[in-house]
Amino acid sequence: MSIIVPELGEPSGPTRPIRAQSVFGRLLHRPMAVVGIIIIAVVVLAALFAPVLTPHDPNEQYFEGLTLEGAPLGPNGQFWFGTDLLGRDLLSRLIVGAQTSLIIGVVANGLAVIIGSLVGITAGYFRGIVGAVLMRFTDLMMSFPALLLAIVLAAIFRPSLWIVALVIAMVNWVQIARVLYTETRSLSEREFIEAERSLGAGSMLILWRHILPHLVSTIIVWATLGISTTVLLEATLSFLGIGVRPPTPSWGNIIFENQTYFATAPWLVFIPGAAILLLSLAFNVLGDALRDILDPTQQGRAA
Amino acid sequence: MIAEAATLFELRGLVTEVASSSAPRRVVDGLSFTLERGKTLCIAGESGSGKSMTALSLMGLLPQPMARVASGSALYKGRDLFGLAPDAMRLIRGREIGMIFQEPMTSLNPVLTIGRQLFEAITANATLSATEVRARALHLLDQVQIPEAARRLTQYPHELSGGMRQRVMIAIALSQKPDILIADEPTTALDVTVQAQILSLIRLLQQETGTAVIMITHDMGVVAEMADHVLVMKDGRQVETGTAGNIFNAPREAYTKALLAAVPRLGAMAGTSLPRRANQPPNSAREVVAVDNLTVRFDLRGGLLRQVNQRVHAVEGISFRLHAGETLALVGESGCGKSTTGRALLNLVPYTGDISVNGTHIAGLRPDQMKPIRRDIQMIFQDPYASLDPRMRVGELVAEPLKIHRLAKGSELTDRVEYLFRRVGLPAEAASRYPHEFSGGQRQRICIARALSLSPKVIVADESVSALDVTIQAQVLELMQDIQNETGIAYLFISHDMAVVEQISHRVAVMYMGRFVEIGTRAQIFENPQHDYTRKLMAAVPVPDPLRHRRGYVPFGGELPSSVHSVRYEPQPAVYRDVGAGHLVAEPAI
Repeated sequence: MSIIVPELGEPSGPTRPIRAQSVFGRLLHRPMAVVGIIIIAVVVLAALFAPVLTPHDPNEQYFEGLTLEGAPLGPNGQFWFGTDLLGRDLLSRLIVGAQTSLIIGVVANGLAVIIGSLVGITAGYFRGIVGAVLMRFTDLMMSFPALLLAIVLAAIFRPSLWIVALVIAMVNWVQIARVLYTETRSLSEREFIEAERSLGAGSMLILWRHILPHLVSTIIVWATLGISTTVLLEATLSFLGIGVRPPTPSWGNIIFENQTYFATAPWLVFIPGAAILLLSLAFNVLGDALRDILDPTQQGRAA
Repeated sequence: MIAEAATLFELRGLVTEVASSSAPRRVVDGLSFTLERGKTLCIAGESGSGKSMTALSLMGLLPQPMARVASGSALYKGRDLFGLAPDAMRLIRGREIGMIFQEPMTSLNPVLTIGRQLFEAITANATLSATEVRARALHLLDQVQIPEAARRLTQYPHELSGGMRQRVMIAIALSQKPDILIADEPTTALDVTVQAQILSLIRLLQQETGTAVIMITHDMGVVAEMADHVLVMKDGRQVETGTAGNIFNAPREAYTKALLAAVPRLGAMAGTSLPRRANQPPNSAREVVAVDNLTVRFDLRGGLLRQVNQRVHAVEGISFRLHAGETLALVGESGCGKSTTGRALLNLVPYTGDISVNGTHIAGLRPDQMKPIRRDIQMIFQDPYASLDPRMRVGELVAEPLKIHRLAKGSELTDRVEYLFRRVGLPAEAASRYPHEFSGGQRQRICIARALSLSPKVIVADESVSALDVTIQAQVLELMQDIQNETGIAYLFISHDMAVVEQISHRVAVMYMGRFVEIGTRAQIFENPQHDYTRKLMAAVPVPDPLRHRRGYVPFGGELPSSVHSVRYEPQPAVYRDVGAGHLVAEPAI
């Protein structure tokens, strides 16, 4: 019988945290994450139940919605968030616009993240000719001004909400691919990846079990940051007439329609602006919390 | 009171705290010592003992705002350094107390020339004319024995070797003629032959300038070589203090004794033929690895078309056999090709020549063909922090090879993992933890468990104990030998540490510039070294015995020749002379 002397009874790190809780359960322990979840939930619910929730018809130009001089009304008892230049109820338009903004923010951005991750990780891990071709293509896409590319693409296809989402995804995946390419490259040179190879692990297993988990935090940060970018890009496209067609409201096109009256009717810009800000902030906070929770080495550090 | 007069610096009751999520943690707890002019105090201890934190506290360089000096005083020239304002402390740093760090690779700024960094240090606290500065810089480089000083001034750090960079660091630290020099593990990152040069240089400079040295090290050999006084630390507290003679010859505390007992001593195994714990000779009838004429060259590309214009000759035509139950050690200094050899055995680098593992030729196998062979040969890497995926539970990591090779699943898998954990001396409950929750030694046990999971015939251990403290190192070595006794596994033990190699190996191959200069049994190599390089390597190992006559000045050994050659270069094959019983020596001396 051999004698083995374990050097330490207990691990050197902090006491072992309880891991039985689900990710969601642990999210609820973080006040900021809870605020983020609530905001996102409110926007999602508003978008889903828009027909029920809207106090007025979002496209109706109310006679009483304008002053006698034809100026929009500020927030008041009848129109809680005021009215726009055409006398339409801003609150109703915001609620309906949430649908557009969420579709763009989640679908377009999600698509961009998926394309970017696939390209970046594949190129970073396999390198060689595959990697070179993929990354030169990425560079090529990067060298076009994003807006110009979006305009060209949008002009080729017939504008609709889904086409706009697709166009935005085609423009936005590039940065994610670049960042993930670099990270995957440095990860695949780390010793534990070589250790996996020496055990006989195949490429798919290494990518799925050992590389992807390390990239999750980066992907989440880019995904949440991307939501605000895509919402704004949609607004820009809408403003140029190649995005969502009026009178369908989106948070972006509400701002662009009304921006020239910023001085006289500031609520028309501030309120939808605040909505965009709050939503992207909520996703950011949630993303931050998720990143911390998913990283086992972060446990025990201050939340 | 003559002794009082010689006291240059006195530390009283230093307490350093580091903020943590709960209460502040004491990393240095009530440390006191005095330092005399021209003497060397060695602070010895294992990792986490708080020795580096002590040095940073003295220099006022603790990482802000997480760490702070909570109490204590550092009396120097009638002042308490801990009470000084940051500006006043800045004037003390460099001018009165200089510091050398562990990593010469990272402590010099890579984008500035050596000259620029040296000039900056010289003019930091003094105004001198340009010619005076240059003269002083040249003088300093001469003092630290750097050849061709004038040319070095225009060179960048990456153009110098590790030993040269550490000399430059010493020159910078000495530029202000400090009274005290703090050296934090100054030779840990260097090869033994270079270490011997740097240590003797520090001693020489100390004699010339009368500087007092505080040397922080984990290596008791270095302590014996350098120290007048020794302070042994553990968990932030002083364990024992005394003169070097007292500590080494009559240690009072159990910890000091254990620490000294764990230090491998070169020559301790003389007269025995088997490794320390081995209970049977290897089975020389069963060859598990056969390597013939292994050559590894890496292409260097350059020019407009990225064509291959030079090659690094990492390994040059080596051949060896490894038998069941045998440990063959590959020793050599950094860059000699020993790690590359280990990686080639697992097909992790491209090579020419022939390698067979357990009778199968592995050259040119595709990954899927290589997969069954990986069951027979496994690897343990040097850095247990880097070779475990930090996002996976260690149980999953140990189970993974079994899943990859579809050898076990369900409860059988759980049982097997549990057995492996117990086998390497870890509780089975440890499986659900993450790698960062373990100490370095425990992690290396996990790596061993993972390598063992496939019951391989051979394990390549690449510097597997170099990153560990001596006491932990001894335990891991024991574990490896016990496993060998039990299972008849063969090890290819790659190491730079001659003393460790002597303890564990049956046979030893000394590697230099990609070739074996000498190969033979442990006794042949250690008791009758034939090649100059082997002798040089053994002479450079610091011996943990302060009574042993201290080495005189070790002259600057010059740079290793480059292993980068043009594409057309074909080296002469090495010729070996058998000096008796399979003891091969390269000839002529490379």
